[in-house]
Amino acid sequence: MQACEKQQPQVSLLEVRSLKKYFPVGKPGLFSREKQEVKAVDDISFSVKKGETLGIVGESGCGKSTMGRAILQLQAPTGGEVLFEGQDISKLSKKEIRDLRKDIQIIFQDPFGSLNQRMTVGAMLSEIVHVHKIVPKEKELNYVQKLLQDVGLRAEHYWRYPHEFSGGQRQRISIARALAVRPKLIICDEAVSALDVSVQAQVLNLLQKLKQKYQLTYIFISHDLSVVKHISDRVGVMYLGKMVELADKHEMYSNPQHPYTKALFSAIPDVSSQAKKERVVLKGDVPSPLDIPSGCRFHSRCPLATDKCKAEAPEFRDLNRVHKAACHYV
Amino acid sequence: MSSKDQLAVKNLHVGFQNKKSFTKIIDGINFSVKKGETLCIVGESGCGKSLTSLSIMGLLPKTGKVSEGEILFDGQDLTGLNEKQMSKIRGNEISMIFQEPMTSLNPVHKIGWQISESIVLHQKLSKKQAEEKAIDMLKLVGIPSPDKRIHQYPHELSGGMRQRVMIAMALSCNPKLLIADEPTTALDVTIQAQILELMNKLKTELHMSIIMITHDLGVVSEIADKVLVMYAGKVVEYSDVKTLFANPQHPYTQGLIESIPKLNEEQDELPIIKGSVPSPDEMPKGCRFSTRCPYATNACFNEVPPMISGEAGHQVHCWKYTECWEIVEKEGLIDAGMRETAAASQLIGS
Amino acid sequence: MAQLQEATIKEVKVQSPRATMYMGMLKRFLQNKLAVVAGFFIVLLIGSALFAPAVAPYDPGAQDYTKIMNSPSAEHWMGTDEIGRDIFSRVIFGARVSLQAGLISVAIALGVGIPVGLIAGYYRGFLDEIIMRITDALLSFPSLVLALALAAVLGAGLENAMIAIGIVLTPNFIRLVRAEVLAHREREYVEAAKASGLRDWRVILVHIFPNTLAPMMVQATLAIASAIISEASLSYLGLGTQPPTPSWGAMLSAGQGYLADAPWIAIAPGIFIFLTVISINLFGDGVRDMLDPKLK
Repeated sequence: MQACEKQQPQVSLLEVRSLKKYFPVGKPGLFSREKQEVKAVDDISFSVKKGETLGIVGESGCGKSTMGRAILQLQAPTGGEVLFEGQDISKLSKKEIRDLRKDIQIIFQDPFGSLNQRMTVGAMLSEIVHVHKIVPKEKELNYVQKLLQDVGLRAEHYWRYPHEFSGGQRQRISIARALAVRPKLIICDEAVSALDVSVQAQVLNLLQKLKQKYQLTYIFISHDLSVVKHISDRVGVMYLGKMVELADKHEMYSNPQHPYTKALFSAIPDVSSQAKKERVVLKGDVPSPLDIPSGCRFHSRCPLATDKCKAEAPEFRDLNRVHKAACHYV
Repeated sequence: MSSKDQLAVKNLHVGFQNKKSFTKIIDGINFSVKKGETLCIVGESGCGKSLTSLSIMGLLPKTGKVSEGEILFDGQDLTGLNEKQMSKIRGNEISMIFQEPMTSLNPVHKIGWQISESIVLHQKLSKKQAEEKAIDMLKLVGIPSPDKRIHQYPHELSGGMRQRVMIAMALSCNPKLLIADEPTTALDVTIQAQILELMNKLKTELHMSIIMITHDLGVVSEIADKVLVMYAGKVVEYSDVKTLFANPQHPYTQGLIESIPKLNEEQDELPIIKGSVPSPDEMPKGCRFSTRCPYATNACFNEVPPMISGEAGHQVHCWKYTECWEIVEKEGLIDAGMRETAAASQLIGS
Repeated sequence: MAQLQEATIKEVKVQSPRATMYMGMLKRFLQNKLAVVAGFFIVLLIGSALFAPAVAPYDPGAQDYTKIMNSPSAEHWMGTDEIGRDIFSRVIFGARVSLQAGLISVAIALGVGIPVGLIAGYYRGFLDEIIMRITDALLSFPSLVLALALAAVLGAGLENAMIAIGIVLTPNFIRLVRAEVLAHREREYVEAAKASGLRDWRVILVHIFPNTLAPMMVQATLAIASAIISEASLSYLGLGTQPPTPSWGAMLSAGQGYLADAPWIAIAPGIFIFLTVISINLFGDGVRDMLDPKLK
């Protein structure tokens, strides 16, 4: 909590305080009242400054996507606060949430599944522009076509269906959809992960360009460490529903502290370095979120784990002004 | 092709036959894999890399057809075999592992049974012996307490464990050639590192040949001896792995390597390959990459580039490295004489 | 650059894309020859049912005791029945009842089933539980017994029979629509629609509903067939159309007794039921493909 207050003087667009999202597992039956919970996101705090890109990395099941959806109020958080421009948005009414969508948007991973196959691109985008009354009705067509050109498509694509586009183009449509309401914050949930490398680079450049043009702020969620490094200003690493490390990009990549972050970095096959580096290969798999290890959640795979780690959960504390980590031994 | 080749693919053409027309996807590719060697086939979606592996396995979908060329395995042409002969080779001498370990395992059978099934089928062992072999295989791929694991169902295992089971299944009949189609794409980086380490270990222990299909150049750098870069159904570059990363020649390979964000350097903007892969009906007549190539001239659009070979078997299909490139670049034209000199060109600087 | 953009926009506007879209849909439908033939048959059938007195050569109720159970001839195209009525005329008049029974009861089932299924599937929760238990209860009865009971409560007559059949068919549609909604509600495009700040009803109607149409179309055409047969059964038991008004179902069941001596009595309405069902089915397929933008 203290850490959060320290950052108050800087203007933060979004502030997340002890955000929690638990999912009940299995319906509590008629006869059994025993309730099990998956703690997908468990007590996460961070803030995002206006105009910056915060990268979130982690392996599948670490809760990074759930966190994105909880911030967006697509899934109501179980606990904690989400402050957007100083206002707690986790307790809004349905109508207020709909208005909030004008400010916070999301881009999904799957360029095939995230577009309605039965609507033309134009119908889809115009609908959003119309519902939120972004521009007067007679200007809608022009506005949407400009938008398509902004994301590198052509005006006549307005009348096409999603299946007529390639994967990269569809992701551009998704970006246009997010941009349509002129948001302040966009959450990119694995937005380039399904794309081929050459197309991925195009879309990453586009996201950078749009950020400049519209003064956007991004939360960029991805499992790909090199992509996150490229696009982010700060990077957070998640493991099993917890943030284990959060730091300035350069600090994080040159001087990672948490043993998990170190292992993660050493696991990336890197094309640019020809010399084979010393590798920390982690033993075993990520534990099931139903059966979270006691103490530090990483202790079951950590090469440095001690008895203290098994018993006591480490605090997420400041290492220096731009670096935080949750480990007893850093 | 020397006798050391485990597999040699010569001038392979594969496509899909529908009622009206034949759509060619793979257009005349050549490569070979030596015994104990790992070849990576890299390319983006739709380049035909998966179709190549399915052709070797004889597992093309119903409408798919090898229209031309040979696939020589131990000197025997696989394209001429019928289904019965092929099924003797498949799973026994050539094995395959797939991208999605969940859907490639049968959810209603225990994993021990799934492994021993093919052992019983191909090696004529008793059930008891097959089960022991299955336990050995699971031990080999690094699954803890394998004697208990054989009684588990696929859903009880994690993604990484399932991929290990798939590898154990594929290796159970001591294949001479293992084809791995994006085996780590569905896995997390830390698990991917485990699997790649395992595959490298197994390769040296079992001395088998591996063909690895992947879109991830990072994976290539970890595991390959030789690399075949494919674009739109054609080979664009073939080289050993060190040369490829140190000295890529084809503009497509160069673009591909450059467009990956680098961990050890700062880039404001990523270098990109402009545009996207043309669809089969708008494929240029000449070099297929010409529509996206920064160096392309008129000649490139109209004339199929020759294969230029360099040191240590490095091959590039590109006009840029022919002796007459300067003229081609200026005039945008190619005549018969130039075609001949081009074919004799040697790749310099590799 | 700005000028250039303006120019492309204007140029495109001229094409009037909405019209070309509909033209494309029509073209796609016309390409499907079977669907066109089926559509033609359905129009013909509805036309002759509407103008039955003009189309039918005889009065469907007129009995001619000199021509009992005559086989098909030039005079009586489909022969005559056990009391000398012209079967062709009865089939034409019967189309009125049977088409009504089929179409209206399925319309009732769709009218109730679609909204209820959409709501149950989208909102889940307690309401969904209750709706599902009710449909389970309805489905646990043999459908004919249930239709009989309902028709008996409502009273005899075609209208009540159609309502009864509609109610019996409804649970199937609720289940189908709900299952489709469940499959789609977790998809990213639905999540994206929600994230765009659209109201629930918009997400349900504009985004989810069109994606559930294809399987529903198939189910609906099959339901029309079973509705026609059910109406026949109810009529046979005295709860549907009252004699002497002809209906295909009633003719079919009446003809059963004469299958050995005069098979045409049962075969004629049987063929018409078969042709109608298959035409509706093929036509439905055609419409489904027409609406699917992925097919060109």
